[in-house]
Amino acid sequence: MKFSRRQFIKSAAAVTTVAALPGAPFIRSAAAADTIKVGILHSLTGTIAIAEASVVDAEKLAIEEINAAGGVMGKKLEVVVEDGASDWPTFAEKARKLLEKDQVAAIFGCYTSASRKAVLPVMERYKGLLYYPTYYEGLEMSPNIMYTAQEGTQSAIASLDWLYKNKGKSFYLIGSDYIWPRTMNKLANLHLKKIGATVAGESYYPLGSIEFASEINKIKAAKPDVIWSTVVGGSNVAFYKQLNAAGITGKTQALCAMAVSEEEASGVGAENLEGFMSCMGYFQSVKNAANDKFVKAFKAKYGANRVVGDTMECGYISVYLWKLAVEKAGSIDVPKVVAASSDLALDAPEGKIKFHKANHHLWKHARIGTFRKDGQIDMIYESPLIEPNPFAKI
Amino acid sequence: MTFDIFLMQAFNGLSLSTILVLMALGLAIVFGLMGVINMAHGELMAMGAYTTYATALLFEKFMPGLKDIYFLIGIVAAFAVTFVFGFALERGVIRFLYKRPLDTMLATWGLSLILQQVFRHVFGPKEVGVPTVSWLQGGWAPAAIPGASFPLSRIFIIALALLVSFGVYLLLFRTRWGLRIRAVTQNRAMAGAAGINTERVDALTFALGCGLAGIAGSSFTMLASTGPVTGQQYVVDTFIVVVFGGVESLLGTLLSATIIGELQSTFEFLMTGSMAKASILLLVIVALYFRPNGLFASKVRR
Repeated sequence: MKFSRRQFIKSAAAVTTVAALPGAPFIRSAAAADTIKVGILHSLTGTIAIAEASVVDAEKLAIEEINAAGGVMGKKLEVVVEDGASDWPTFAEKARKLLEKDQVAAIFGCYTSASRKAVLPVMERYKGLLYYPTYYEGLEMSPNIMYTAQEGTQSAIASLDWLYKNKGKSFYLIGSDYIWPRTMNKLANLHLKKIGATVAGESYYPLGSIEFASEINKIKAAKPDVIWSTVVGGSNVAFYKQLNAAGITGKTQALCAMAVSEEEASGVGAENLEGFMSCMGYFQSVKNAANDKFVKAFKAKYGANRVVGDTMECGYISVYLWKLAVEKAGSIDVPKVVAASSDLALDAPEGKIKFHKANHHLWKHARIGTFRKDGQIDMIYESPLIEPNPFAKI
Repeated sequence: MTFDIFLMQAFNGLSLSTILVLMALGLAIVFGLMGVINMAHGELMAMGAYTTYATALLFEKFMPGLKDIYFLIGIVAAFAVTFVFGFALERGVIRFLYKRPLDTMLATWGLSLILQQVFRHVFGPKEVGVPTVSWLQGGWAPAAIPGASFPLSRIFIIALALLVSFGVYLLLFRTRWGLRIRAVTQNRAMAGAAGINTERVDALTFALGCGLAGIAGSSFTMLASTGPVTGQQYVVDTFIVVVFGGVESLLGTLLSATIIGELQSTFEFLMTGSMAKASILLLVIVALYFRPNGLFASKVRR
C-alpha cells in the first residue's frame, strides 16, 4: 500500500492525538457499563507465586464481599486476573493490557519491588491506579500508585527502637542479597548509630541460598544481643533449621525477622521458629472485630487450615480503600479517587488506619510478636500509628 | 577466633564438602562417565526430597508410632523412585541421544521445566518442609570442648555421604557390573563386541546416577525446604563441582567437592555470603583457564 503525503500526515496526527489522551476513552467506557472492571495482577506462576498466589485469594475475597454487599456506587465489580509470572517485563505488559484493553478502574497487584518498578511507568503513562500491598523499602512515590503496606522506616525504626530498649545494644544484620534487605540495613545502620547501638556484623546471602552454617559460627563468635534478619523466601527454612541445629533457639537468642509471617511458618516448620520474633504491620492473631470477620471469612472460603499474613491483609484492605475513595469522590476517575484518598480512614483488620495527607502511603502500626509452637504469633508490642516517611532523612 | 569456633568452622567445611559430594556423585556418573549433560539433575534431587516429604506424610497418617524411623525409609524410597524414573527416562529419551550430547542438554532442560510444573501441580507452589526426626534434632556438644556443638543432622549427612561414596566405589571398581560400566564408557563399540549388553548397562548406569540424586535430595530435607524450583539452585553448584574436578574422574569430583566446600565455608566466615559465592566462582574460572579439563582430568589418549 502506498500512502500519499497528506494521508500520512493525517494518520500520524490521529495516532498522536489518541496516544496523548490515553486516559480519556477508558474513563468514558468504564463508567458507562453496568459493572466496574478492576484488575488483579500478581504472579500465579514462577518463583514468586509461592507468596503472591495467596494475596490474590485475599483480594478476590474482598471483591466478593463488596459485590455481596451491593457493589460500588450500585455497580458490581468485575475482576480481571492477570498472571505476572514472576517476570518483570510480563508484569509491565499485563498492566498495559489491563489498562488499555480491559480499561480497569484500578489494579491491585505486584509483590516484589522489581515488579512494581516495571509497572510504574505503565501506570503513569496510561494514567492508571495501582494499589501495592507489599511492605517495601521506601524511596518511591508515584501519583498513580497507592502503597497500602509499610514502607521501610515504618517497620525498621520502630522495631530497632523496641529491640534496643528491651533486648540489648548490639545488633547483627543478616539479609538476602537484593534491594529490600540492603536498603533496610542501610536504614538500620544509620538509625542504630544514631541511638548509640553497635552493629556486630552485617552479611548478605544470595536469594535461595541454603548454607548458613558459617554465618551461624560468625554470629556465635560475635555474640550479638539481637539478630535482625531480612532473609526472605526459601532461605529462611535453611536459616532457622540450621540455627536450631546449632543450638541457637528462641529461648537463648533474640532474633527479629522482618520478612517472616504466619504464611511462612508451615514451610519453615513452626518448631524451628518457636520463640523467635517477627515484626509486621499485621498478625492473624490481632484482636478486633474487623479482623475476626476477615479471618473467619477467609477460612470459610479457602479452608480452615489456611492462614492469613501481612501482605494478604494489605491486599484485602486495598480493595476496600479503593471502594471508600471511589464513593467519597463519587467517581472512578483516577485523579478524583487519588484526591479522595487523602486522609481517608478505614477500620481495617489491622486496626484503624488512614492514608497520609500527601504521600500515598498509610499510617501504620508496627507490631512485634513471638512465634508460638503452632505457627501463630503472640503480639508483644504494638506501636502507635506511625507516619509514613518514604524519603526518610535520618 | 576462639578454639571452639575454629573447630566448628572446620566441621562446617567438611559438612559442606560432603553435601557437595552427595549432590555431584550422581551427576559425575551421568555427565562424567556417560557424557549426558543432565540439566534435570536438580529436579531429580527435588524429586528425592518430595518423595521423602510424601513418606513423612504417609507415616504421619498411617503409622504415627514409627514416625522416628520414617526418614531412613524416606531415603531408600527417594533412591528407588528416582532410580526407576531414571531408568524410564533413559529408555524413553536419553538412549536416542548418546551421539548428540548437546541435544541431551536440551531434552533434559525441557524435562526439568516439565518436572517443575508437575511438582507445582502435585505439591503446590509453596515450599514444603519435612519434620526433622527427633534423633537428628539439636547438636552434639562434647564436654571436652566447651562452646562447640556439632549439628546431628550434618553428622548424619557426612556419614551418609561417606557410605554412598564408598558404595559407589565398590560398585564401580570391585564388581563385574562396575567393570562393564567402565568398559562401556571407555569404548562402547568394543564393549559390545566383547559381549556386553551395552544398552542394559547404559540404562542401569543412568538410573544409578539419578538414584544418587534422589538420595542427595532426601538428605537436604534436613537442612532446607523443598519447592518446585529448588532444583535450579542445586544444579549450578553441582555442575561446578563436576567440571572443576575434571569431568571423567570420580576421584576428581570428590576432591573438587572437598576443595570447594572448605574454601566456601572459609570465605563465608571471612566475608559476606554473596561475596564468598562470587569469589568461589572467580577461582573456578581462573582454575579452568589454566586447566581446561578440570583439576583432575584423566590422561587418556584421544
